[in-house]
Amino acid sequence: MASGNVEKLELSFSAVPDKPKKDWVLMSLRVLAFLATASATLVMALNKQTKNFVVATIGTTPITVSITAKFHHTPAFIFFVIANGVASLHNLVMIGVDILGPRFDYKGLRFVLIAILDMMNLVLASAGDGAATFMSELGRNGNTHARWDKICDKFESYCNRGGAALIASFIAIILLLVTTVMSISKLKPKN
Amino acid sequence: MTKSKRVLISLILRLLAFGATVAAVVVMVTSHDSAQVLNLTFTAKYSNEPAFKYFVIAEGIASAYSLIVLFTSSQNSLRRLLLILDLVIAMLLSSSISAAVAIAHVGKKGNNHAGWLPICGQVPKFCDHVSGALVAGFIAAILYLLIVLSSMHFILNPLFL
Repeated sequence: MASGNVEKLELSFSAVPDKPKKDWVLMSLRVLAFLATASATLVMALNKQTKNFVVATIGTTPITVSITAKFHHTPAFIFFVIANGVASLHNLVMIGVDILGPRFDYKGLRFVLIAILDMMNLVLASAGDGAATFMSELGRNGNTHARWDKICDKFESYCNRGGAALIASFIAIILLLVTTVMSISKLKPKN
Repeated sequence: MTKSKRVLISLILRLLAFGATVAAVVVMVTSHDSAQVLNLTFTAKYSNEPAFKYFVIAEGIASAYSLIVLFTSSQNSLRRLLLILDLVIAMLLSSSISAAVAIAHVGKKGNNHAGWLPICGQVPKFCDHVSGALVAGFIAAILYLLIVLSSMHFILNPLFL
């Protein structure tokens, strides 16, 4: 009988719960999403092109006017930069929380907060994307019905860089969607 | 929270979202106005602008999805799939409303740097109609956010029958 009790004690001491394994897939997805959103923000924020236009000719001297195209001339691009900036900040904070591990746990709300914040971020980033996409489409093709001329034939490198920022943002949205789905699937019901 | 209360809450939210998306589609599609400026007729329709066409298509997809989901019974195995689909539809709705608001802002205020003049002075009825559709679309996006949040809450606290 005494040996049976010792065996039971040993079994209960060996059943110590392991530390939760780090999820490397989620972490690498977050790093990629952070890189994508940060590059989209930077490329759009530093997007600027100056060009000289000949407006009139007086005698033999042409009068040139230099016009600059910057991202903050359009509210849609301002929103794009802000949304992607907030998304990259969120990804950075989430990477930090993942690395520091479960020390930051407040009554078990950690996974719920991560899932909710991921979802909010996804919605914000996709909103920024939608606005910037259609604004640049308007700049590229113009709109004959509203008499709005296209500007991309005059400011080509501005448009191309804006397009590159948009592509980076699309990649970021796909990565954010996969990350959100993964963090939602980690929610386990309270028993 | 009892099971009937949960079913009621999700039913009400989805019904409201269905109503909001259908309203957005209908109001946007029926918006048109024409003006005469110096013997030129200037017609404004929603289909002249790709952003508004995308808005109508996205809200149409969302309303069809809401209708289908209203008629399915909620089982535990389907609930996670529904949550993911709700997330995708919320993303779609938010990007469509944001694109439509961006283009409508150009139409209302113009853009000095690009030389784009505002058109709302010539076609005020069209502008008001489009603003109404945008309000409905915004409400639909917020409702879908609430649907996703409530689905997450229901997953976390399942009822053991």
